[in-house]
Amino acid sequence: MASHAHHTDEFDETANLPKPQTAVIWKTFFILCGLTAIEFAFAFMMDAGSLRNAIFIGLTIFKAFYIVGEFMHLKHETKGLIWAVLIPTVLLVWLLVALLVEGTFYGESVFNYFK
Amino acid sequence: MSQTTTFEQPNTGTWDGGNEPFKASYGKLMMWFFLLSDAFTFAAFLTTYGLARHRHHAYEGTPEAFTFSTQWWPIPEKVFNAFPGFHGVDWPLAFVALMTMILILSSVTMVLAVEAGHRMDKNDVQKWLLWTILFGSMFLGCQAWEWTHFISGTDEGMKLANGSVIHGANLIVNQYGPPLFADLFFFITGFHGTHVFSGVVLLIMIFINTVNGVYHRRGHYEMVEKVGLYWHFVDLVWVFVFTFFYLV
Repeated sequence: MASHAHHTDEFDETANLPKPQTAVIWKTFFILCGLTAIEFAFAFMMDAGSLRNAIFIGLTIFKAFYIVGEFMHLKHETKGLIWAVLIPTVLLVWLLVALLVEGTFYGESVFNYFK
Repeated sequence: MSQTTTFEQPNTGTWDGGNEPFKASYGKLMMWFFLLSDAFTFAAFLTTYGLARHRHHAYEGTPEAFTFSTQWWPIPEKVFNAFPGFHGVDWPLAFVALMTMILILSSVTMVLAVEAGHRMDKNDVQKWLLWTILFGSMFLGCQAWEWTHFISGTDEGMKLANGSVIHGANLIVNQYGPPLFADLFFFITGFHGTHVFSGVVLLIMIFINTVNGVYHRRGHYEMVEKVGLYWHFVDLVWVFVFTFFYLV
């Protein structure tokens, strides 16, 4: 029965940890559903264009914020871990935009050269 | 002896060792950094998609008059408009919406499993892991159907200048537009689908361990948290794939 007593001890230890509440989880779920619904509304009620794409990208970043912050719990981690994840991601987005802009220009010049 | 001890005062700062500066275990940190590296892979895919798309002409007519042609990049809602059981009916993006809902739901059941793990509630962990496995498998099934439809094509197909008609798509010919569109569809959704599949395998493994009481004996359900991080990342990637492949 020693092992049984051991289990109860561990149970008590973990019970002291801050307990995430299901209310927050479901709230995040409804926010994500709502944002997706808004995306669909824009997809059907607005003509394609740069503005619509900007709205889509904005809503996507909102959704990413809720998934990473709440579901992956990053919002509640230490500041050091938040920065360790965020800084490379921001640099990655910069790289992505830079590659798209420069790559488009480069691709066009190569294409025009052989035209 | 007493002199040396005064000189060798142990450092107790945050980064002097012997503690966890990020208050997270080694395994969890490594999962975070792995996911970061995985984000680079998907960023490479999305960059390629952006460049390939820009290299092709955009469709300039009205959406109603849209036809499939290798001359321009297709409008996604004209390509992804099929729904199982409704052959030939135009339901733009309806099936993708369903897939998105299934994946978001699976993310919620995953967090609930992690939350149950914090409370050391073995039965709840099992229940929510099973739901997550179910939704994950459903997503994979949907993707299999979507691929099958994409590969076999529509009844109309695409009429070529020489009068022949192409149905469906593979890596070389594509009824929906330029071949690169189909290639990127296969690579991007395929790579994401592989991640979902790996996730389902991991979930089944931790489910078996939970049932056998491995984590309960260990005293914590951190493995569920780590697999949860991976699973949410897969959901996150889908959010981006959904925006850049199906909406933009």
